[in-house]
Parts: sequence; C-alpha cells; structure tokens
Amino acid sequence: MRNLENNRVLVIMPAWNEADCVGATVAEVLRLDEPYDVLVVNDGSTDGTPQLAAAAGATVLNLPFNLGVGGAMRAGFKYAQRLGYRQVIQVDADGQHDPRNIREVLNGLESADISIGARFADRGDYTVKGPRKWAMKLLAGVLTKLAKTPLTDVTSGFRAGNTRAIAQYLDHYPAEYLGDTIDSLVVAIRSGLKVTQVPVEMRPRQGGTPSHHPIKAAVYLGRSFFALAFALTRKRSNVALPLPLMAGKN
Amino acid sequence: MPNIAAFFLALAIVGLVAEMLRRKKLREKYAIWWLVVGIATLVLAAFPQLLDYVAQAVGVQLPSNLLFILSILMLLGVCLHLSWEISVVEEETRALAEEVAILRIQIERINEVMVAGRPAGSKDPEVEP
Repeated sequence: MRNLENNRVLVIMPAWNEADCVGATVAEVLRLDEPYDVLVVNDGSTDGTPQLAAAAGATVLNLPFNLGVGGAMRAGFKYAQRLGYRQVIQVDADGQHDPRNIREVLNGLESADISIGARFADRGDYTVKGPRKWAMKLLAGVLTKLAKTPLTDVTSGFRAGNTRAIAQYLDHYPAEYLGDTIDSLVVAIRSGLKVTQVPVEMRPRQGGTPSHHPIKAAVYLGRSFFALAFALTRKRSNVALPLPLMAGKN
Repeated sequence: MPNIAAFFLALAIVGLVAEMLRRKKLREKYAIWWLVVGIATLVLAAFPQLLDYVAQAVGVQLPSNLLFILSILMLLGVCLHLSWEISVVEEETRALAEEVAILRIQIERINEVMVAGRPAGSKDPEVEP
C-alpha cells in the first residue's frame, strides 16, 4: 500500500456502460499538467468500460454489481480515504465536465469543504425546461437558504470535497436516487460543512443521450421532492468541526 | 366447543416452525411471529368462546371481524419487518461490494509489484491481468 498521506488529487469517475467516452475523458484529465490520479468506478458495466479506462491510464475500481451513482461514489470516497487522499473531485465519465475546470472547482475548497461546479451560474448555455427546470429551481432555492450561500445547480455531479467531506459522505451513505447529490448535500450542510459553488460550462455529452421525456421529467420532480423532504429530516453526521486529518482512519 | 380442524391446523403450523428452527432453516427472529400466531390459534381453537369474550370486551360486534383485523395487522407487521430486514441486508451487501472492489485493486497492485520485482509505491498505469 502507498503512504497514507497523499498530496495528489483523486478524480473519481463513476462509470456504468460508458465505453464510448470513458477512455477519452480519462486521457483528457491525465493529459493535464496537474497532480491528478483518476479512479474510474466501474459500476457493473457490461461493455468494455473497465478495459478502456485502464488502457487510458486510470485506476479501475470494479464493483461486482451495479450500485448506482451514490454507491459508486461511496466506494470511490472509501478508496480515497484508505489511500489518504485529501482532495477528491467527482467528474462525469461522459465528458460533460471539462477537465480544464477541475482546477477551478478544486480552488473552491480553499474556503469550503465542498465545492460544486455549477451550470446556470451565468456561464455556458446549458438549458432545461418543463418540470425538470421547476424541480431544479426549487431545489436550488431551498439549498441556497440552507447553505446561506447562492447555489444554482445542486444536482451537478461535478463536485470536489476535502477530508471532512469524504468522512461525512462515508458516514451518511446516500445510496438512494438523487442521494449522491441532493440528499448528501443537505445532510452535509446540516452537519456543518461549508459549501461553495464555482461557475463552469457544461459541454454536450460525448456519448449517450440525455432524457428529456416529459413523464420522466415529472417523475424526476416528484422524486426530488421526496429526496429533499427526507434529507431535511435526517440525522446529522457527526463530523468534528476543526479540519481533521481523517487519513488512515479505518 | 373446540374446533378440531383449526386446532390441528395450528398444531401443524407450530410443528413446522419448530422443525424449521431445529434444522436452522429459520432464524429465531423471524420464527417468533409465526410461533406467536400458531400458539394463539391453538388456544383459540381449543377455547373458541375466548374469541367471543375478547370481542365483547374490546367492543367488536362480530367476533370473526376481530380475528380478521388481528390477522391483517399481524401480516402487515411481518411484511414491514421483512422489508426492514432486506434493507439492512442490502446495505451490508453494498458495503461488502465496495470492500471487495478496493481489496481487489490492492491485490492487483501487490501482484504487479511482485511480478515486476520493483518496490511498492512506484507509479504505474494499472494493467488488467
């Protein structure tokens, strides 16, 4: 095993059947002149995702079956904690998140525990409409109130965390739908973690299709209400307030 | 007037649960519900007038309705208990899956190091075995 104090940054990419883009995204991150290690969490893919990711230079965490994004992220965070990474950032495997923005999002950690790369923050031209838009607006409003800092894109999967964020995430286990974003964020804020956002542009996905079906969007609205309502009543995580070095714990 | 059929049915249920427990096919925490039901049915089959008495005491006009409501509540309880248990099991499975995945990476790394004969900690892109 490696040393338990690690000054590199772990880029966690949950990937489920992302063979058509994971290789390119990993290579793009590793091409940057930055101290990044890439961990692709292979969430039970049945295509060539793990091989392509490994070929591109990523470490591949092979989950034996599909756990969903929340589960994949928890596995990634656990790995980060075991190996003593002090900063992690989640990046989508589909190439939506521009790897050149990683540094900007990480810089947000200087003043916060969680830093979110946000769409809609007066940068880029990402748009949604219908129930999905209302849901996002509502969630953003509630989370902004809760965090006492403007948050415009709480479902963004482009977020960075420090050791406190990692410890809190592992304590809370958000495995449900939207658990990796809304639920984890609400409980993190209520547990005393500081959240900030950094405006970023989103690129069109390099593979796969986004869902814009109205029924799916309505279901999304319902489920996000559900996730929010539960998150607001959940038990807080017990994370020590001064910045602890959780490295090597467990 | 004891109800012979109901009595033997209840006896069969209690016997079955006891046998499953004995063979370790059923854990005690699940069996307890069925034992309670079986024994209650046994008692009721032996002394049916007990049901009329209890129904009157709690203000249920038709004794059989009391029996139905109790059965429904009991089945609901069992269902909830099982849902709860399966959630716990699922959570444990998830944790194990994560653990296995992390251990696998570490074993692959150790293998690589042993094959290459180089000291641990050297940075190498992972190679699928």
